Amino acid sequence: MSKKIGDVILDLQNISLRFGGVKALTDISFDVREHEIRAIIGPNGAGKSSMLNVINGVYHPQEGVIIFRGRERKKMEPHHAATQGIARTFQNIALFKGMSVLDNIMTGRITRMKASFVEHALWLGRARREELEHRKKVEEVIDFLEIQHIRRTPVGRLPYGLQKRVELGRALAAEPSMLLLDEPMAGMNVEEKQDMCRFILDVNDQFGTTIVLIEHDMGVVMDISDRVVVLDYGKKIGDGLPDDVKNNPDVITAYLGVSH
Amino acid sequence: MQFFLEVLIGGLLSGVMYALVALGFVLIYKASGVFNFAQGAMVYLAALSVVGCMEKGAPLWLAILLAFVIMTLFGIATEKFVLRKLVNQPPIALFMATIGLAFFIEGLAPMLFGSEPRALDLGIVDEPIPAILDAWGIVISKFDLVAAGVAALLVTTLALFFQYTRIGRALRAVADDHQAALSIGIPLQHIWAIVWGIAGFVALVAGLMWGARNGVQFALTFTALKALPVLIIGGFTSVPGAIVGGLIIGASEKLAEIYLPPVMQSLFGGNFGGIEGWFPYVLALFFLLIRPEGLFGEKHIDRV
Amino acid sequence: MIYREAGQFKTSYAADQQLFPIRQDRIGVLIVLAVAFLAIPAVASEYWFSAILIPFLIFSLAALGLNILTGYAGQLSLGSAAFMAVGAYAAYNFQLRIEGIPILVSFACAGLTAAGVGILFGLPSLWIKGFYLAVATLAAQFFIVWCLTKFPWFSNHSSSGVISAQKIVIFGHEFASPREKYLLVLTLVAVMALAAKNMVRSSTGRAWMAVRDMDVAAEVIGIRLMPTKLLAFAVSSFYCGVAGALYAFCYLGSVEPDGFSLDMSFRILFMIIIGGAGSILGSFLGAAFILLLPIFLDIALPRMAGLLGLPFSNATVSHIQILLFGTLIMFFLIVEPHGLARLWQIGKEKLRLWPFPH
Ligand SMILES: Nc1ncnc2c1ncn2[C@@H]1O[C@H](COP(=O)(O)OP(=O)(O)OP(=O)(O)O)[C@@H](O)[C@H]1O
Ligand SMILES: [Mg+2]
Repeated sequence: MSKKIGDVILDLQNISLRFGGVKALTDISFDVREHEIRAIIGPNGAGKSSMLNVINGVYHPQEGVIIFRGRERKKMEPHHAATQGIARTFQNIALFKGMSVLDNIMTGRITRMKASFVEHALWLGRARREELEHRKKVEEVIDFLEIQHIRRTPVGRLPYGLQKRVELGRALAAEPSMLLLDEPMAGMNVEEKQDMCRFILDVNDQFGTTIVLIEHDMGVVMDISDRVVVLDYGKKIGDGLPDDVKNNPDVITAYLGVSH
Repeated sequence: MQFFLEVLIGGLLSGVMYALVALGFVLIYKASGVFNFAQGAMVYLAALSVVGCMEKGAPLWLAILLAFVIMTLFGIATEKFVLRKLVNQPPIALFMATIGLAFFIEGLAPMLFGSEPRALDLGIVDEPIPAILDAWGIVISKFDLVAAGVAALLVTTLALFFQYTRIGRALRAVADDHQAALSIGIPLQHIWAIVWGIAGFVALVAGLMWGARNGVQFALTFTALKALPVLIIGGFTSVPGAIVGGLIIGASEKLAEIYLPPVMQSLFGGNFGGIEGWFPYVLALFFLLIRPEGLFGEKHIDRV
Repeated sequence: MIYREAGQFKTSYAADQQLFPIRQDRIGVLIVLAVAFLAIPAVASEYWFSAILIPFLIFSLAALGLNILTGYAGQLSLGSAAFMAVGAYAAYNFQLRIEGIPILVSFACAGLTAAGVGILFGLPSLWIKGFYLAVATLAAQFFIVWCLTKFPWFSNHSSSGVISAQKIVIFGHEFASPREKYLLVLTLVAVMALAAKNMVRSSTGRAWMAVRDMDVAAEVIGIRLMPTKLLAFAVSSFYCGVAGALYAFCYLGSVEPDGFSLDMSFRILFMIIIGGAGSILGSFLGAAFILLLPIFLDIALPRMAGLLGLPFSNATVSHIQILLFGTLIMFFLIVEPHGLARLWQIGKEKLRLWPFPH
């Protein structure tokens, strides 16, 4: 891969997260560089999703420091992460079921829309203008993901693979600088996986978006990621280039399920 | 001071009655995640079935038995014809369906058994207990004490049932984890039907107590509504919570009713009775601000 | 083939984002408005205005208010009637205590007052959801009605809190007859329904629906839950408040706090369940259904009983009514959770294909 990887934009230091007695993450540190594709892998329950939730403020770790774009933040709410350019998709699709594909993706633009509810109620100039402007942007996303034909369909009626794609669309509509993807290819057939891989690489390539990716399919991970973090039982057991990680004995043990 | 104690104890004892209704909510909520708004209406139906059967000539014990059969069948039918059809709907839809169920009962019950208010005589008199009156000069109703005893008995029975019977253990398993329950080998739907049956039974006990105390009438459903703030205070999943919540609501609403109006009157003039009507709800609101998960509920963070 | 969009190509996003993108819908709405504003005033009797049309419009407005909160923003409320009461009493007091205030300004202020109270009782929604919230709104229902009854100031010291609405005078013209009141109510309801439609089809509405469908995801894409939920409470209560003011001023003339009962709140909730949660049209359909059903039963049931030779009392009519409401609620939730509005839509789709079966 011959792209320009930049400086560290996200630096996680000594993150620990507990739920009551359950230690979801223990003393984890790693960083993410601008424009790279960073994969997080690990067996079930390793704490991968929790890690993403910490990054965009859904969970608040009990200990640790998070530095994003040079600024340390202690406690951040998810909507702050959104306004700072972090978007994500979820492991279990979290689309807005009662809305159409178009409306779902339009919500991705919400932080950029400034008209107030009064302007909306009266359908005044700015409200109308914004709807049109952002609609254009959203149509670009729709074209990019090749989902023009389902624009008007309520998302609940779509097959699983397409729902995943719409969810990616909603995240992309925000034009994020960092995209967190939680198992974007889980439950897909080979063809759908290929499409999804292509979209992820294109996003990374065309828009320079930094991507943090959780994925179980090792082939995919090794193919598309620049660096990989490996978690097991909430601890970091490996970190580095895909090939290094693949040959790391701890990682091999964790994946082969040798007793701890 | 004596008067204060009298109000407090009276309040605590009537709180036991709220707890009786709240118990029915907790059982269903724990086992099936349904918040059954119709529990109050079920109490009304139970009380009406008893007096209805007695009017047709049945002796008390037979009337209670018949009411038990009616309530159990009704609970099972509800599960089968309404809730099972809504399993995949969001909880809020289930909740609204139980509001519909409440209306259904409130329309049906008086059509079957008549709507005029009636007394229900269980043979327990509502008079002060002489010994306590003589010793401390406090009026404590014999009836209230019996009701408290019945409630205690009911809770103990339920606790034993959950602890020591196969069905009871299965019910608890469902509450914790639906998958685990399946592995016990009892179909989930049977379990739900049983829970609804038990909730019907609890409603019957509550209906007997409330009916004997305040008469069997439509207003019962409003009294039963007060089980909702009880649940908020106690937590929706906790049997002890239902009881403690009931006691808190019972005692505080009686104290508020006695001691607040004079204060308000001196401030604003006018007559401020009827605080009982809203006090439990507003108290619950304050609890929500301080402890949204209730006294005995568990705090939890949504998974994503 | 009467109802079809074939041949109506959208050449711009602006055209696609019109209020009613399909031509037949536009024509349909215009016809409805023409009938409501021109034909009905010309032909309807006094009874129709004051017993059916005016309450229908007012309850449609209240249902619209609840629909914004529950149907769009997903926050269940069992206290709509109490917010109507706030509106009614606020309008009365603005008229009473501010010399020369125009009645429409009073109505607007009544709506704002209700919005304020709505925000207050909506605060718990920041911590809790679903039926927890429903219980919290019960507090509003009981507490507000009690306050209006007990604090003599609200009703200007009338006995048991009864108020008599002042005359409605706009630009020197008094709206006294039922026909005039109907036209006033109709105008306000039409304007507010349009405003609601505009809100729900723009990012305000999308934020509400996002919070309704999945609040965590909504937050992650940058929707702030607190302002979004509170706005829903405010707007919803505003609509209910104005509906309450109209209820007092244009429908009953004099009202008491107990009239705004829990039962009324439930009826408004039933309107949106049966009419269609999350649909503006549904609010109107539901209001019509819930108001007309009792009238229909009152007429039909005694006749049916007469035919069958059964004994019959008025109490039975009301029990059957309650029973039927309950049954319908369960029925719609199970069979068609999107209510009459959805059935209407399905009907239209059929019409689009007609006369071909597919
Ligand atoms: N909201 C929560 N409340 C309680 N425990 C949680 C919560 N979220 C995660 N956990 C616990 O934290 C641990 C890590 O969970 P997490 O979902 O992060 O794992 P994961 O690596 O994403 O697994 P999977 O591959 O199955 O998605 C698990 O033990 C899980 O039960
Ligand atoms: Mg995960």
